[in-house]
Amino acid sequence: MSIEVRIPTILRPHTKNEKVVTGEGETVGELFADLDTRYSGLRARVVTEEGALHRFVNVYINDEDVRFIGGLEAKLADGDSVTILPAVAGGM
Amino acid sequence: MVAHARADHPDEACGLIAGPEGTGEPKRHIPMTNAARSTTFYEFDAEEWKREYDRMWDNDEEVVVAYHSHTHTEAYPSRSDAGIASQLGLPGAHYVLVTTKDPEIAEVRSFRIADGVVTEEPIEVTGAPEAVQSYKFAHTPDSTVYDCH
Repeated sequence: MSIEVRIPTILRPHTKNEKVVTGEGETVGELFADLDTRYSGLRARVVTEEGALHRFVNVYINDEDVRFIGGLEAKLADGDSVTILPAVAGGM
Repeated sequence: MVAHARADHPDEACGLIAGPEGTGEPKRHIPMTNAARSTTFYEFDAEEWKREYDRMWDNDEEVVVAYHSHTHTEAYPSRSDAGIASQLGLPGAHYVLVTTKDPEIAEVRSFRIADGVVTEEPIEVTGAPEAVQSYKFAHTPDSTVYDCH
């Protein structure tokens, strides 16, 4: 089971500037746990201490926003591509 | 950017200018949908953002400018603008703010935002100055002296 993960610029300090890394897991949550063993600190930028996705981060499996398919419980299949993006937002 | 901000007024408008990776040159304007459709808040539509990001990835482009408008306030990053951008933002981007509070004159200012620190940077207008006659650009970051073209 190998999942390609596209890393946004702001998180590349955690991946030695790699744009793409690979990881394993049955779910998005397991994938981030696996990645954190090699890319220290990455998980905490995406997942809160309470174990939910941070409000202003978007995670996609292929083209689907994981918020609509179970969040960190969303299931992964071999060959899936995961993309992490900052949710570009703000307000006055 | 100003035309987009005017078109979406009174809602906040948002978008990007992409450029070839590593050049810092803004080449391709990408108006984005404000999923919040709000006069006081903006957020990229998640699906559209993914589509545009994939296109930039395939083209070896990066975000050079990330802009949004304020419709009632100064062209200066708000606390939430700076907070969200610092927590997980676009570290290489120039954050450009446009205010549409004045119907005649748009103000355009540019900032770097990192680690909660907002640093204004100058904008120097090049190219066709007659095309930007009614815009004000802050071109000295310390005192925000507007250069009115």
